[in-house]
Amino acid sequence: MRRVRSLLAGAAPISRSDAEAIAKRALSFSTADEARVTIDGAVRGNTRFAVNQVSTAGDDSDTTITVNSSFGKRSASATTNKLDDEGLRWVVETSERLAKLAPEDPEAMPELGPQQYAEAKGWSDSTAALDAAGRVAAVRSITDPARAAGMNATGYLEANSEARAVATSKGLFAYGRATAVSMTTTVRTAEATGSGWAGAAHSDWSRIAPAALGSRAIEKARLSDRPAAIEPGRYTVILEPTAVGNLVQLVAFALNARGADEGRSFFTKPGGGNKIGMKVVDERVTLVSDPLDPDAAAMTFAGDGLPVKRTVWIENGMVKNLAYDRYWAEKQGKEPTPLIGSLRMSGGDQSVEEMIASTQRGILVTRFWYIRPVDPRTILYTGLTRDGTFLIENGKITRAVKNLRFNESPIFMLNNLEAMGEPVRVSASEDGSPGFAIVVPPIKTRDFTFTSLSDAI
Amino acid sequence: MAHSRREFLKTTSAAAAAIGLAACGAAQRPLEQAPTPAPKPENNSAGNSGSVGDPTFRDLALLALDAAKSSGASYADVRISRNRNQRVFTREHRVQGITDRETFGFGVRVLVDGAWGFAASRELTRDEVPRVAKQAVAQARANRASLVRPVVLAPVTPVANGSWRSPAKTDPFDIPIEDKVALLLAANESALAVKGARFVNSAMFFLKEEKTLATTDGTYAVQTIFRSQPSVNVTAVASDFSDFQSRSSTDIQPMGRGYEHVVDADLVKNAARWAEEAVQKLSARSVDVGRYDLVLHPSHLWLTIHESIAHPTELDRAMGFEANYAGTSFVSPPEKMLGSFRYGPEFMNIQGDRKQEGSLSACGWDDEGVEPDEFLIIKNGVVNDYQTTREQAPWLSWWYEKQGKEARSHGCSYAQSWADVQFQRMPNVSLLPGEKEIGWDDIIADTERGIAIVGDGSFSIDQQRYNAQFGGQLFYEIRNGKLAGMLKDVAYQMRTPDFWNSMDMIGGKSSYMLGGAFNDGKGQPSQSNAVSHGCVPSRFRQVNVINTGRKA
Repeated sequence: MRRVRSLLAGAAPISRSDAEAIAKRALSFSTADEARVTIDGAVRGNTRFAVNQVSTAGDDSDTTITVNSSFGKRSASATTNKLDDEGLRWVVETSERLAKLAPEDPEAMPELGPQQYAEAKGWSDSTAALDAAGRVAAVRSITDPARAAGMNATGYLEANSEARAVATSKGLFAYGRATAVSMTTTVRTAEATGSGWAGAAHSDWSRIAPAALGSRAIEKARLSDRPAAIEPGRYTVILEPTAVGNLVQLVAFALNARGADEGRSFFTKPGGGNKIGMKVVDERVTLVSDPLDPDAAAMTFAGDGLPVKRTVWIENGMVKNLAYDRYWAEKQGKEPTPLIGSLRMSGGDQSVEEMIASTQRGILVTRFWYIRPVDPRTILYTGLTRDGTFLIENGKITRAVKNLRFNESPIFMLNNLEAMGEPVRVSASEDGSPGFAIVVPPIKTRDFTFTSLSDAI
Repeated sequence: MAHSRREFLKTTSAAAAAIGLAACGAAQRPLEQAPTPAPKPENNSAGNSGSVGDPTFRDLALLALDAAKSSGASYADVRISRNRNQRVFTREHRVQGITDRETFGFGVRVLVDGAWGFAASRELTRDEVPRVAKQAVAQARANRASLVRPVVLAPVTPVANGSWRSPAKTDPFDIPIEDKVALLLAANESALAVKGARFVNSAMFFLKEEKTLATTDGTYAVQTIFRSQPSVNVTAVASDFSDFQSRSSTDIQPMGRGYEHVVDADLVKNAARWAEEAVQKLSARSVDVGRYDLVLHPSHLWLTIHESIAHPTELDRAMGFEANYAGTSFVSPPEKMLGSFRYGPEFMNIQGDRKQEGSLSACGWDDEGVEPDEFLIIKNGVVNDYQTTREQAPWLSWWYEKQGKEARSHGCSYAQSWADVQFQRMPNVSLLPGEKEIGWDDIIADTERGIAIVGDGSFSIDQQRYNAQFGGQLFYEIRNGKLAGMLKDVAYQMRTPDFWNSMDMIGGKSSYMLGGAFNDGKGQPSQSNAVSHGCVPSRFRQVNVINTGRKA
């Protein structure tokens, strides 16, 4: 399986035929009633830059195999990255030994047999081919203009090629591969009195324009210099797509049907049951996961090998589906519905400029940060604005303002909706990794709750 | 700080939720792990590809260093790591999962003309080792194109044959899985026996990492590191589904110890208490907003220290290196802060170390071969030092010279796995006890009107560590020196220097306790660091408290 590689290029992630051969080999060692093998291969490259130069970088590749073994209703799993016979025997035997000692699980579900899958869409050769030298060239297209402007650019570029295979002792085999790349930068003024951010993520590197990200962040840093204090309180806000993504993905994390049915979720219906069929947000809002979405592609199978289909979670403001694992689906008489790392929100036809022009007094937000749950009953989170927060007065941006802490729920935010723009793919992870593949519009919403002011720049 | 999206996608909630909160940074690449030579069937590894002390490791490590040097590196280090972890997680009467993971591999870091390069692989072979070393050198040459400030390393005293092991009495991988399962299910039964306690999740997590470090300075060190965390979370639901409240086992913190930590946690007895407290929260009074004196328990305060003292005194943050994610720091620039910025009262002393017995960041040598020391970050309330690596210590040489000291690293270099490059991570950062031997009860007795907070809960802080908001597990109203009933929907907001300067009472030595987290996140890609924070119960005057309860 070794390939000849250039010094800078990583290997490709494990191929379908290699994955199938290893899965078969591992299953041949199995003595369990049922077994499932998961193989994850990744070739990862990253380059960090700080204060206008590359700080560190890394290239690594790894392939792991996980075996889940079941004896009746007893099961356990083991994982290794040693893929020779010795490693495969160890991982099979360890999972079997642990499984035999596990108590019976009343919720155990049988492994699946062969399934049909759509062909995955998330692979891009341009991302797979991006090597350390290519990454440095992209970095310099941001740091050189930043230095020329007398500012400091810091940022991150990560490009990954990944492959995943699932095989069961009942004949299921699924294989998919995907690439993911993200580039983000924070530019600060020389005296650190202003800070601006720009970022992008996609499966396809050719869809990301590093120099444009750099000039956007430089411009925002300039505009955000020496922000003024304002009173915290409820404001009309215009959220750029990244800020919308930061908050809307929190709804996806709460879509679990079981938690709702058990009475411990926002999606619990008062008096019992869940909110499927109830209107929870503005009727212009629709949330969909589609593994074949060209801008938010995902694997076409779930961890247990179940095919993943397009799922509408919220349609015209009403809860249409919640996520069901196979056990809870069977118990409730529902279709199993996995949650995947892909989400698209509906949009509208207003540009951010038009939203600003129609706003008497409001705040424009570039992105949010340190977003943490406060109250799961309302999906209430706290966090702060960061790297580009501006006051709007009488239809114009009038000045930079200090960052603000919010205590707010994306549910309230999507109920108070005034306008939406065109949905775009964003980098909505706080850490700059490609993260959840999310496509969202800029929005304008009223009564957004800011509870305190921050001196941070 | 964040639970990782990747982890989230892989495990879809239950498993991740049961393991506990990430304390600080973000995406945690799941640790993937491995074992040692096999004394018991429970503890065998994926074959004989070597372990700590394996003589072939030395040859292969030297091969990597030679390949790096002959390709043009002025400095190189190689880390070989075998890392194993085990998770058992349950809910109510059932085991949801038993997973055993191991990962093995090596990473080579090189310095070429002042630019870093790093490459890693899982195949520790005579062919692959020099290839990876050369890949790291080629990458460093590419990185050099952007160079404006060449890296210079502070001196180090090499250790030729170092060996260190966590003070674990019982290797958790020697304990049969059925014992672990039985203990967790018994704890669940104990919680569910409490009327109103509807749901309970419990879990155990164990890690054993064996790592070998070799550097071109002549260091060769092998270390075995253990970490253990048992955890329980109980949820009570109102009979009319109008409310639900949870209690996490935050009085049991993760430790750099073995299975004895699980035994000492007395989960069965404590689970009943946690369940009772979850039920009590349903009928607790919703807090009135306003300013209160806060009495903070060590099981809560460690996280406030982590976020508002430990992070802002990381030197790379203060110098702008983490601006794109973790953020910068208000404790900046160092030349305006060291020796002059008042962080808190005269009796406030904050120590950095990687030595405290059973603490999470304890080690013999850091990931670039420095033996960590004990150092005061805040001395008598004033900023006195920063956390450093070999690359960073020379940035403060003016300050160290002033005190007649050589610029030396404090030993804060760490990587979460063989596949990640090491960089500056926080050591244990702790609030030292006060001189007066007082405790939790004494401070409450001295407080007229306030709120006592137990356990860490919700947490969020800005990118320069000024504005923070913290929740907790349990909140009690204090009236005239006595606890006067339970509150809910409590969070406090603070501006860091104002908050620490409002501290007016701290506990003595016997009230000192270690809290901590496995998943302090920082860096891009985000890496998890395990760190403890020691502290004592403390009082803070007139802190702003908000009410977080809103109706859907």
